[in-house]
Amino acid sequence: MTRRRRRPGDALAPYLMILPGWLWLAAFFITPVIVMVSLSLQTGDFIDGFRQTFHFSTYADVVRTYHVQLVRSLTYGAIATVSCALIGYPVAYWIAFRAGRHKSVFLFLLLLPFFVSFVIRTQSWNVVLADHGVVLGPLKDIGLLSADFHLLATPYAVIGGLTYNFLPFMVLPVYVALERVDPKVIEASTDLYASRTQTFLRVVLPLSLPGVFAGVLLTFVPSCADYVNAGILGGPSTTMIGNIIQTEYFTNLDYPAASALSFVLMGALLLAVFTYARTLGTEKVLEAAAR
Amino acid sequence: MATDTLSPPPTAGPAITLVDVVKDFGGAGARDAAVVRGVNLAIGEGEFFSLLGPSGCGKTTTLRMIAGFEEPTSGQILLHGHDMVGVPANKRDINMVFQSYALFPHLSVADNVAFGLRRKRVPKDEIRDRVEKILHTVELADKADRRPRQLSGGQQQRVALARALVNRPRALLLDEPLGALDLKLRQAMQLELKRIQREVGITFIYVTHDQAEALTMSDRIAVMHRGLVEQVGPPQEVYERPATAFVAGFIGTSNLIGGRLAAAEAGTGVLDLGDGQRITVPLRGSHAAGEDVELTVRPEKITLTTEPTDTASRIRGTVREVVYLGTSTSYTVDTSTGAEMTVFQPNDGSACATPARGDIVWLSWATDHSYLLTTAPAAAATAADPVSLTSR
Repeated sequence: MTRRRRRPGDALAPYLMILPGWLWLAAFFITPVIVMVSLSLQTGDFIDGFRQTFHFSTYADVVRTYHVQLVRSLTYGAIATVSCALIGYPVAYWIAFRAGRHKSVFLFLLLLPFFVSFVIRTQSWNVVLADHGVVLGPLKDIGLLSADFHLLATPYAVIGGLTYNFLPFMVLPVYVALERVDPKVIEASTDLYASRTQTFLRVVLPLSLPGVFAGVLLTFVPSCADYVNAGILGGPSTTMIGNIIQTEYFTNLDYPAASALSFVLMGALLLAVFTYARTLGTEKVLEAAAR
Repeated sequence: MATDTLSPPPTAGPAITLVDVVKDFGGAGARDAAVVRGVNLAIGEGEFFSLLGPSGCGKTTTLRMIAGFEEPTSGQILLHGHDMVGVPANKRDINMVFQSYALFPHLSVADNVAFGLRRKRVPKDEIRDRVEKILHTVELADKADRRPRQLSGGQQQRVALARALVNRPRALLLDEPLGALDLKLRQAMQLELKRIQREVGITFIYVTHDQAEALTMSDRIAVMHRGLVEQVGPPQEVYERPATAFVAGFIGTSNLIGGRLAAAEAGTGVLDLGDGQRITVPLRGSHAAGEDVELTVRPEKITLTTEPTDTASRIRGTVREVVYLGTSTSYTVDTSTGAEMTVFQPNDGSACATPARGDIVWLSWATDHSYLLTTAPAAAATAADPVSLTSR
């Protein structure tokens, strides 16, 4: 075999190939972030214009004012993520191991609601959960629920909406992880005296954890930052940080506060995710990344 | 080492008995279309027993029924006299080594090996001792903390073996465990497996399609074909005295010569080859004059000469091909009766002749080395039924 002669440009080739990626990141991520950081440190108002004053106390102000909504967002996001895992894992397991030849049909059914707009889907839940809607109306009519019982504007409705909307982001990675479990490994576990429960707990579950890890990231981060569910299904007592940012930016036109809040949320999420990654074990995170 | 602790309790009678075992995945109930069509075997305690056959012959299905991964459609599987049919795999005192090893990727080597003992709730101290001992036996004591993917194929293979053996099963099932290894490692592992089997004294049931592997390692071999056992016997017997044309063809190279028995009496017969040539053949089964039979003789038993010999078993032919193989030379000869025969002549200087392509030669062999193959009922049934091969 003859080896190709190395040319002077060969060493540069990998960097040239990754250049478009860097340009993309620079244009659409790094630049906006710098603009936002700068914006968050400006003072002024919409009428007279904003000036760069490096006013760091905006951060302290927004945290002091909105820490309730911030904690609420992380709590709702965490509960929705756990609900997604509890509902999504059995669904993924069933599709991976029990659906037989119809796997793709069930996966398609799972994704079918996504062909409808996010806002419209959430709005339809508003109709379903309405005080005299299809669910609560009949129950109130036959007297099972008191007339002033309501679901809308409660945390249940918001968390329920988050769970519903982000469920596929949990099911799909878990399904992929379960699908990769070698059936022979399950047989080997049975051969080595494990019962069905033991096989699940000792073999299948650990092998699917990278999928659960990915699913948790994919549901937790967007559900904490979500404002559509709280906006449509919630009320004043369920306002999430996303709603505040939206109001500050589009209604109050307070760009520095909105920018500062975004960075506070980003920091809180990064902190939560890294804490989670550390507790679940670095190796599993690496495995999830490597597979 | 560790022989005393690893050998199973001594028991009388065969370790595993299969009685008329049938497996039909279609569930149609037609025995002819089944994957396994009525297998009877008695496997002795501490025996290295091989199921040998081409892919689709039902050997792996038979093994999986013994393991408990498949239930037979009908028939009995006895483990030390107890019927195992209906007993789930995790309740059978039998372990399996999988073709792909099926090691637990998330567990260390030691945890993989300890898996079965932990499920059986063996005390922690004992688990540690037994795992340590068996890892020593398979020479992997220094790899206990590694993950399976950090090991080579041969090492993973030995972990799989240790993971099964540590449980001291009544029998160990091996499903083509060396198939994924390269030739050199495979040959080394064959000897290694045989050594370990002698050391632990556990019954091994070994599935393979590699006849050389089966001949090397086994105490006895069952040759399977189309869902039936064609012959059971020690390697030498299966090789030297094949019972059917399939066995003769599958194990080693063999020559088949068709003819009609012109005379048959007192253990000796005369085979008429149809062109006037007659060969004396030994009669071992019951044969009658006038019967159509096939004669088989191994290539290395034949001597080539350029002049006719006075042996009773000889046939004339023309050399078509000469292939030098180093230790021997392989001749392909077209006989005067139209058959194609292979002859191996050792290159030790003892060969009577070194004919060239196109030469007229005589092939002769000791009468004892001829075996008549009856067209047995089993063989006839399988020959008429090509469905079972494709139905898997």
